[in-house]
Amino acid sequence: MTFEQFIFYILTTVAALSGLMVISVKNPVKAALWLVLTFVSTAGVWLIAQAEFLGLVLILVYVGAVMVLFLFVVMMLDINVATIKEGFTRYYPLGALTALAIFALIYLVVGPSRFGLEQVSSPMVDEDVSNTLSIAVPLYTTHVFAFILAAVLLLVGIVAAITLTLRRRPPETVLYQNIDKQVKAKSADYFRMVKMDAVKKDADLPEEEKD
Amino acid sequence: MIALSDYLVFGAILFMVSMAGIFLNRKNVIVLLMSIELLLLAVNTNFIAFSHYLNDVTGQIFVFFILTVAAAEAAIGLAIIVLVFRNRKSINVDELGSLKG
Repeated sequence: MTFEQFIFYILTTVAALSGLMVISVKNPVKAALWLVLTFVSTAGVWLIAQAEFLGLVLILVYVGAVMVLFLFVVMMLDINVATIKEGFTRYYPLGALTALAIFALIYLVVGPSRFGLEQVSSPMVDEDVSNTLSIAVPLYTTHVFAFILAAVLLLVGIVAAITLTLRRRPPETVLYQNIDKQVKAKSADYFRMVKMDAVKKDADLPEEEKD
Repeated sequence: MIALSDYLVFGAILFMVSMAGIFLNRKNVIVLLMSIELLLLAVNTNFIAFSHYLNDVTGQIFVFFILTVAAAEAAIGLAIIVLVFRNRKSINVDELGSLKG
């Protein structure tokens, strides 16, 4: 067993076990943290497969952004942990059976008999070209339309998430700024000029204080 | 040397685990979303393994787009969960049956 294989098997074992913990722990905060471990070790596997850019993107985007989002939501919602796993055992046989059947089917198709080292040999990798460059060139040329579409998709995601969670409280309880009204406002609507004659200061003084 | 089938079997194991998670979880929608993220991770691992062994970078570009879509999906899914929790004070899967008709 080479050193590369050793690292690969350690990373895959950690990823599989922590994936198992994600679906079996009671507390959703702990599930999110186990999911972080799964992502990090899978990123290591991707690095071994020489997809360096995507491995680092997985850590930055998933561990750094998406999982933090998950943790925020989990902590924001007040979930009763005690009742969460009540139905776990009831569906256990069905779930385990389905999962094993799926795994057996996938293994029959992609197992070592079809995709082993004899069938698909290890590739010769060009050491001079960086992985980032080899992704970037087709991404900005052949797939540039899909790239722009992905940007639009992210914009739609932002708008959708904000509109869904934005809460307008009734105007009786909260004062809102009405920008239309503010822009349209004229001074004439709010100020009234009052014409009045100038008055001498001592004109209205009491009678005895004169002289 | 690491064979291609090692990567594929690893992807299959991750897929199996997360699918079992979707089947077994009846109480918490957030863990359901996490299982979906795991499913996507397993599929992405397959893409990257094939891309490496076939010397074709298109697989990695596909993974890039899958990551984009998955991030948008997670954001919208979590927003929906927040809405559901705000309206019903619970995110129990069994109680969310009002669309059943």
